[in-house]
Amino acid sequence: MSIANLSYRAVFSLVLKRDLTIAMRHKDDIINPLLFFVIVVTLFPLGIGPEAQTLSRIAPGIIWVAALLSTLLSLDRLFKSDHDDGSLEQMLLSPHPVFILVLAKIVAHWLITGLPLILIAPLLAVLLHLNEQSYGALMLTLLLGTPVLSLLGAIGVGLTVGIKKGGVLLSLLVLPLYIPVLIFATSAIDTAALGLPYSGQLAIIAALFIGSLTLAPFAVGAALKVSTN
Amino acid sequence: MWKWLHPYANPEVSYHFTGKILPWLGALATLFLSIGIIWALAFAPADYQQGDSFRIFYVHVPAASLSMGIYFGMAIAAFTSMVWQFKLADASAAAMAPVGAIFTAIALITGAAWGKPMWGTWWIWDARLTSELILLFLYLGVIALHNAFEDKNLAGKAAGILTLVGVINLPIIKYSVEWWNTLHQGSTVSKLGKPSMSIDMLWPFVFCFIGFALLVATIICIRFRSEILTRNSIRPWVRTLVSEHLSKHIAQEKNNAI
Amino acid sequence: MSVNQATSLTPPLISVTNLTCIREERLLFDQLNIEINAGDIVQVEGPNGSGKTSLLRILSGLSQPFEGEVFFNQQLISQSREEFHQDLLYLGHLPGVKGEMSAAENLSFNLTLQGAPNNAVNIEKTLSAVNLTGFEDSLASHLSAGQHRRISLARLYKSTAKIWILDEPFTAIDKQGVRALELLFKAHIKQGGCVILTTHQDLLTFEPEQVKKITLDYVFD
Repeated sequence: MSIANLSYRAVFSLVLKRDLTIAMRHKDDIINPLLFFVIVVTLFPLGIGPEAQTLSRIAPGIIWVAALLSTLLSLDRLFKSDHDDGSLEQMLLSPHPVFILVLAKIVAHWLITGLPLILIAPLLAVLLHLNEQSYGALMLTLLLGTPVLSLLGAIGVGLTVGIKKGGVLLSLLVLPLYIPVLIFATSAIDTAALGLPYSGQLAIIAALFIGSLTLAPFAVGAALKVSTN
Repeated sequence: MWKWLHPYANPEVSYHFTGKILPWLGALATLFLSIGIIWALAFAPADYQQGDSFRIFYVHVPAASLSMGIYFGMAIAAFTSMVWQFKLADASAAAMAPVGAIFTAIALITGAAWGKPMWGTWWIWDARLTSELILLFLYLGVIALHNAFEDKNLAGKAAGILTLVGVINLPIIKYSVEWWNTLHQGSTVSKLGKPSMSIDMLWPFVFCFIGFALLVATIICIRFRSEILTRNSIRPWVRTLVSEHLSKHIAQEKNNAI
Repeated sequence: MSVNQATSLTPPLISVTNLTCIREERLLFDQLNIEINAGDIVQVEGPNGSGKTSLLRILSGLSQPFEGEVFFNQQLISQSREEFHQDLLYLGHLPGVKGEMSAAENLSFNLTLQGAPNNAVNIEKTLSAVNLTGFEDSLASHLSAGQHRRISLARLYKSTAKIWILDEPFTAIDKQGVRALELLFKAHIKQGGCVILTTHQDLLTFEPEQVKKITLDYVFD
């Protein structure tokens, strides 16, 4: 059949391109979570006080918690509109393996929401007086950690996409799963501030990334099948 | 290999089977628990350091282990249901979730109550308490997801996927929390742990532990039966069961009136 | 007699055994057995809420039945997912059209995903077949609901799938459009495909005995 000649890679890039096109024509999806990220981070100095020492002590935690929350906020878009207009059904009914389609959508989601977050993080680190030695660790943990957030979050969205008002439920399902990333990422940044090597924490985050990359797409596929039932 | 399981895959058979073992489970649970609790509270020696406040350990430790155990039970049920399309497994997972959540809450509350005399504060970010708290979140997520679906079949499947994701993450979370804890607190705080027990402390503990486990089994069994009934409410055997029950009830009322 | 033998020798394209469907604790249908052969056009009938959409979704594999099995070429559809989906085109209530993409982009994506051959010229031709000439490059969000439906129906013209499962395909389509679609169905079943659809209208270009009917009665409980 003619279908056989559409390789996994071709399907992946087809879906990726489609999702990026849609996002580019609907820029709110990129900008709003980013603004949320910035605003949440700005609230902390206002709530805690402007002392540079306090801020630099808690900066890693603030930036990472804000990153978790803004990812959570943007997750809804991952499958919601596709579910509501019927595109999701059509994708599940295509002859291609569901995990490829899902993976392409998750990668698109990360490019749209995770990557801008990483790019703007140094600016926020300046605002929070993050220790100068920690910038590298901040960027590296975000680079390895935000894909994990997208991957694990996708499972939660897959499960709640068919539910009306699934937004609050989503945070209950997903946030506990984010705890290991939060712990190791902030610890890596703290360790870097002391001038110590943080490759151990980084390796664990990398392991989390590999683990979720291999397992999450299948879980998401199963979840979507339940949600479109 | 699964042939022997087949009769129990029939909801009617397992409903009647669990009905038969339920009284035995209940009786055994009562027996073990009453022996264990009385022994633990009245006769077991007090801890030489912690005094009588140590006795909360007889509730805390069984509750904490059972809360983890029930989650693994749910995960096994979810796995069975997914791989072998074994629908009753979903019902059993649904029966377990609230029980597990309650035991997690008991572990947390007793842990906090134990912490007060030990540390002078109700809450401390101890590794065990923190992972217990996160386990509670995982349970609440599964229950909330289960309730969010109208269709019980779909609810079971969705909750099953979440349970499996949770069970993969649980050891990672536990490990990371323990690591985080040692990183930030060192060993300055003595943790809630199993103190080395003398033999006269061990026996009441064994009774309490088995008693609580049997109690959990009994409650899950009751809930499992009601899950079977709600999921099969349109089946003829459930209808005859209900109408028989109703006619008995009406007859009794009549007798009472006379 | 010989005709009977011939049909019994070719296995049915889709067969359904003991299908039971329960929605919100209501029994929609019970112990349904259906065989659909190549060249069949099947109309699923029944009042609103009788389970027509549920049946079509079960046939397409989107929903799982409470009990019973669906076979494609005598294989369980869950076990031959790839082959089944290659030969399946399902159009539900929702058109599956993205507002952020143009009519042509939507059609092109859907066709490519299904594995149907297409190129720019093809797409334009196909869109003109469903009366969307001049709208190729308009964003779908600027188009009406009827036009969305026509974008999704346009896939039928290029489909290589044997099995068409269509849920209310004539909604928001004018008389001429309905006629064109019916002719398309005729050509499709002639080529050895089959069409399973729900509609409240009669299929006018078909002889009544040509259309197989599945009637779902609302069972009050």
